[in-house]
Amino acid sequence: MAARLFPRETLKQRCAVAAVVAAAVIGLAPLAGPLGQTAYAAGQAPEERAQPLSDPVLEARALALGRQLRCVVCQNQSIAESNAELAHDLMNEVRSMLRAGKSEAEIIDFLVARYGQFVLFKPPFDGRTLLLWVGPFLLAGVALWGLWAAVRARNRQAGIPPLDEAEKARADALLADEPLRKDLR
Amino acid sequence: MRWKYGLPLIVFAGLVLLFAFGFRLDPREVPSPLIGKAAPLFSLPRFVDPQSQAGPQTWQGAPYLLNVWATWCVSCRQEHAYLLQLKAQGVRIIGFNYKEVRGDAQLDARQMTVQAETEFAWQRIGEWLRDGGNPYADLVVDLTGRTAIDYGVYGTPETFFIDGAGVIRYKHIGPITRELWEKSLRAKWQALQGGQ
Repeated sequence: MAARLFPRETLKQRCAVAAVVAAAVIGLAPLAGPLGQTAYAAGQAPEERAQPLSDPVLEARALALGRQLRCVVCQNQSIAESNAELAHDLMNEVRSMLRAGKSEAEIIDFLVARYGQFVLFKPPFDGRTLLLWVGPFLLAGVALWGLWAAVRARNRQAGIPPLDEAEKARADALLADEPLRKDLR
Repeated sequence: MRWKYGLPLIVFAGLVLLFAFGFRLDPREVPSPLIGKAAPLFSLPRFVDPQSQAGPQTWQGAPYLLNVWATWCVSCRQEHAYLLQLKAQGVRIIGFNYKEVRGDAQLDARQMTVQAETEFAWQRIGEWLRDGGNPYADLVVDLTGRTAIDYGVYGTPETFFIDGAGVIRYKHIGPITRELWEKSLRAKWQALQGGQ
């Protein structure tokens, strides 16, 4: 008979599993967040007060840049998607800077100097954002370690002895899907 | 191994601490990167005489509050009476009118000429100051909102605390109330007097 994965559920084990699941959910939640937001923001109404550039290539660059910049008024929309007044003003500012021959990096620096790193949907990887970037992986790692430790402790508690040589050989045979000898069946 | 029983409790306590801290933060308050930097220079028309211009270079020498407002802004109406009291206490407040006409959601300024927009803005500001009183030592008008971008303005009212050397020391987002002034803002204002 196969060893049950959950031989005897004690309170302790349930608590351990619950803690592991909670840690995993919290650790992975930040990864799910941005995906949901983008999908939502894409369905918003088009701009009204935009002053698009006549050059389609430049306008495409302006919109691509605008989508990376957070609107500080509505916060979960980019300035390219938002209908807030300030978002229109900032988009038009981005357009006029592009028309003046400014690079994407210069425009991003311009906005960060005024509104802070908050305007960047993708914050830079530096000392202050280390936890933001590494945190989810760290938590997921802790959760996996907890799961492994809990399963191991459970097996030990359930009194399942390690396999001896003969059992090991039989397990190998089973796994290799070889026909079994009659006396072992 | 009995300590493991307490593990969920420890995790829970950690979450409570995290949330107790996190939910007190207001995500609408975006910290300004301009604190500690010189107030960006500009020249905008003065309300008293549209032909003359003023900016931080005009006002430096003594600390002041740069109060960003508009007549269409409801919270500005709310703080206006208290600004008058602050003026009476000797606080030097410089007004910065933000997008008086085109910022008003009830109006469509796209149909207006610049001339008409200017006249309409001056009329509205004039009525406001006549009816509600004038707390401002000087008042400039930013019709397009372009200068406000240099200050990272994203709403009204906002108030910059600028010292005598022209350095931005603090930014307050939202209306100034008596409670806020007495609790924290007065100390920020007084700190400006010493730092030159």
